[in-house]
Amino acid sequence: MSSSIIDPSAAPVLETESNYLTHGYSLWSWLTTTDHKRIALLYAVTITAFFFMGGAAATLMRIELISPTPLIMSAETYNKLFTAHGVIMVWFFLIPSIPATLGNFLIPMMIGAKDVALPRINLLSWYVFALGGCFVIATLIAGGIDTGWTFYTPYSTRFSQTTVVCGVAGVFVTGFSSIMTGLNFIVTVHRLRAPGLTWFKLPLFVWAIYATSIILVLATPVLAMTLVLLAMQRVFGIGIFDATLGGDPLLFQHMFWFYSHPAVYIMVLPAMGVASEVITCFARKPVFGYRTMAYAIAAIAAFGFMVWGHHMFVAGQSLYASLVFSFLSYVVAIPSAIKVFNWTATLYKGSITFEAPMLYALGFVGLFLIGGLTGLYLASLGMDADLSRTYFVVAHFHYIMVGGSVMAYFAGIHFWWPKITGRMYSESWARLGAIVIFVGFNLTFFPQFILGIEGMPRRYFEYAPQFQFLNVLSSAGASILAAGYVLPLVYLTWSALHGARATDNPWGAKGLEWQTRSPPPVENFDVPPRIPQRPYDYDPDAEEKAGR
Amino acid sequence: MSHATEALLALPVAATSYANRVDGLFWALTGVCGFVTIGITLTIAYFCFRYRKGTRVDRKLPDLAAGKKRSREIEAVWIAVPFAFFLVFFGWGARLYYDYDDPPRNALEIFVTAKQWMWKVEHLNGRREINELHVPVDRPIKLVMTSQDVIHDFYVPAFREKRDVLPGRDTTLWFQPTVTGAYPLRCDEFCGTGHSMMIGTVYVMSQDAYGRWLASGSTAPTLVRLGFERFRELGCSGCHGPGSTLHAPSLAGLYGRMVPLTGGSFVRFDDGYIRDKILEPAKQIPAGYANDMPSFKGRISESDLLELTAYIRSLADTSPDVPQGNHLR
Amino acid sequence: MSASAEAATRRANDSDSEVGLWVFLASEVMFFGLLFYGYTIMRLSHPQAFAQASAHTDVLLGSINCCLLFTSSLTMALAARGLRIGACRASLRLLAATWVLGFLFLAVKCYEYHEDIDHHLVPWGRFAFHGSLAAGERLFFFLYFVMTGAHAMHLIVGLGIIAVMLVGVARGKYTEDNCEAVELAALYWALVDTVWIFLYPILYLVHRP
Repeated sequence: MSSSIIDPSAAPVLETESNYLTHGYSLWSWLTTTDHKRIALLYAVTITAFFFMGGAAATLMRIELISPTPLIMSAETYNKLFTAHGVIMVWFFLIPSIPATLGNFLIPMMIGAKDVALPRINLLSWYVFALGGCFVIATLIAGGIDTGWTFYTPYSTRFSQTTVVCGVAGVFVTGFSSIMTGLNFIVTVHRLRAPGLTWFKLPLFVWAIYATSIILVLATPVLAMTLVLLAMQRVFGIGIFDATLGGDPLLFQHMFWFYSHPAVYIMVLPAMGVASEVITCFARKPVFGYRTMAYAIAAIAAFGFMVWGHHMFVAGQSLYASLVFSFLSYVVAIPSAIKVFNWTATLYKGSITFEAPMLYALGFVGLFLIGGLTGLYLASLGMDADLSRTYFVVAHFHYIMVGGSVMAYFAGIHFWWPKITGRMYSESWARLGAIVIFVGFNLTFFPQFILGIEGMPRRYFEYAPQFQFLNVLSSAGASILAAGYVLPLVYLTWSALHGARATDNPWGAKGLEWQTRSPPPVENFDVPPRIPQRPYDYDPDAEEKAGR
Repeated sequence: MSHATEALLALPVAATSYANRVDGLFWALTGVCGFVTIGITLTIAYFCFRYRKGTRVDRKLPDLAAGKKRSREIEAVWIAVPFAFFLVFFGWGARLYYDYDDPPRNALEIFVTAKQWMWKVEHLNGRREINELHVPVDRPIKLVMTSQDVIHDFYVPAFREKRDVLPGRDTTLWFQPTVTGAYPLRCDEFCGTGHSMMIGTVYVMSQDAYGRWLASGSTAPTLVRLGFERFRELGCSGCHGPGSTLHAPSLAGLYGRMVPLTGGSFVRFDDGYIRDKILEPAKQIPAGYANDMPSFKGRISESDLLELTAYIRSLADTSPDVPQGNHLR
Repeated sequence: MSASAEAATRRANDSDSEVGLWVFLASEVMFFGLLFYGYTIMRLSHPQAFAQASAHTDVLLGSINCCLLFTSSLTMALAARGLRIGACRASLRLLAATWVLGFLFLAVKCYEYHEDIDHHLVPWGRFAFHGSLAAGERLFFFLYFVMTGAHAMHLIVGLGIIAVMLVGVARGKYTEDNCEAVELAALYWALVDTVWIFLYPILYLVHRP
């Protein structure tokens, strides 16, 4: 395999040929670019910075939790750390992660277009995102906020002594970046598909990003307005969330989760898209049940809007509302289950190899499976009344968001790295990274399921001594996980600077984006791409016989 | 290591019959989910091994049309089977939750006020405690809970139950302990700096011991008695008292009944209605009465409200003719 | 590339903006939708307070504003149509009329806010109501200011867009071959108008005999 990847004869040719990276070297050329590929890289750099900021907060928390009593910080600091961790990871890493980096880079290429439909709005969205990030950094410098990323009233409006309005403003501003990104993708997919590329020839990644974009466009404004009302209540002392003023604190939770539950699908649908691309490529097989997979994505996006109340089963919501939300939560689990089964079936009769992207993608499937199944506990009313808001919930959503989304993000980064940078990374280091992250992740978060079952609530600075063993185990796992996350940072940086030149299609993948050069030219394609008869047109039998 | 194995394996003690039912659901879910996790993982591992590149196995894919039909059939199976399981778990969990939504009528009422960062408990006879809750075994207990500041959550892992405690409204939680002992009580909704220290203990005692415990500290006046005093101090008796000439309803015998409202609807005269009436009297006007009652919002504490409610509730069995307060003597 | 092919390409590009604008409008509907949802919930829990408080909004000014905005919607639609059929001068006049009507709406709204402040209807600060319904009335006026404020902000943006269109049409930049921008502006203006159709009854006409 490696001999086919590294093609020394291609190197001098590539160096003279202009591509989007060599198109201009000045900082100015990057900051004023409307090239979707460059904007993707701007996003990638920004969210990587935020990822490590959020990770640093998590590291400090895990160190503190080694001891049931205060160890290195005060309760105030701890509360600010988990808030910073949540706000940064959710809005400044996970939500933009796959859509704004891989989505931006790949959507136009996968549909055979030169750019997104509205390139200037695309650039604007990055600036708005950066502005929101500035608010958050300003909040951190001003001491941080201690409300938790959920900003529940009345704590956030009347009782917290921290700079809540500044932090909320950051999230508010970032929302507009989400809306612009989503809007851009919707228009791009509708309008710019190459002639002959019909909806059911699109890669599932495009389907996933399209569905995600609809959620972004419809849910984010709700969050924006909710946060405006929250900030007004905090500043003017009047608002519809304050029980002492005739309002209703539960109303805030309804509005918040109306955005924040679909937001989970903003994070995980693109991850599913990445997994579908990677697994088919390394199994050399068309995805099992393409149409069902596409419909499942649409179903998840649609039903995802109707289950927000399952965050409020014990919050004083009416019994009948809870019954409906519980039922719908099970309904939304079905398309997720279909996806896992279909990925498994895709492996059947394949011709499987285990390069780093495939390891990450298989890791994604396993962890998403556990995250999804533990969601069944929390969708069940009687069970949720015991487990909600305990560490069981923490473990559950980390399995979905970190085990799921972050693993898939890494799978995608490794898969398209040769296309993005034109260089290869060290395969053995990358495989090691995938394994270390998988092991570290499970060691960190599996004990947290048990902690929750044993009754340890989340957001606890001090805890009963009986919980110490599992907390120490979790912290030990976190140290492995942290090392796992630093590994790709190191070897990928090295690869970007010194890696061997990549060929145009090192994995032999079938997507349109692989028909062009690595890195692609500014306008993506030197010659119009050939539109395949069907997506994922792999044939494992033929490839085996040809001795690929 | 025994400490470690204990930490790894032990569910908290199940101290109510409800908790045992939750545990049944838990183990069923864990069994099925564990089976599915292991099954799918093994399948993936098997496929990865058998169909790794270079093995001599049959890789011939069916032709397109046949393949499509076959995959539809397979997919129908793995849509239907999970859906059936989901329906079972939905129904099971919903049944538990539904059965325990309404407290039994004979439940012993205890009042809980949460504030940053403590639990204040008041028993019917006026006995108070902080961060401790004493209850008798084998009797249904109904907690009527409210918060003075932010949202808290009353969580007893041994009972497998929790309920948010909200400012400005009452929520209830009920349980029937079956095993005596001391069980941790935790706040399970983030409430600020002292969140993790907002903990306490629930003591489930034998009924005799509970009776002795209750009597031993009951030098304080009962909740109803305190409520009667508030009723006079705050001027409620001026209008609602039996001798009043003002046009306001007598409260005797009203509790638990349906009250007609201006505009033709009805409302049940219960704790929630009493609270609303005291804080926002104009919201629901009983038919035949003017909107004369002043709001007591901001003038009355949560514990005053609890006491007043307890007093008004105690009037449920009195007839309108008996002078109020007499039934206390 | 021939001139007609170029025009075709441009039209295709313009349609990108049209799809984009529709998506944006969907987003706007959710944005205002949340406010309407909040209003509904609050009105259900304070029906009398909302009825009484709404009696203190100035129904005359509200109605005048209705007339202004609905008329402006008509002129805007005609302006877009006019440009499409090549009546550039008429379109210019209609655009100017739209701008003036929109501006008048804002002027009336400002005057109304001024009156509200004079009557202590601003829920923060000294508030006119003290009765037992004050909490609900306060919430009504809070929502009144938030909702009309959000609407006014959209209107101001709309005025800016129409000003740009005015200059464009006057300079001959937008003609019958290139009128999509004006049509999109009209679409946006229709949203501003539609929101007001919903705001007017729930803020001015609750419980009015």
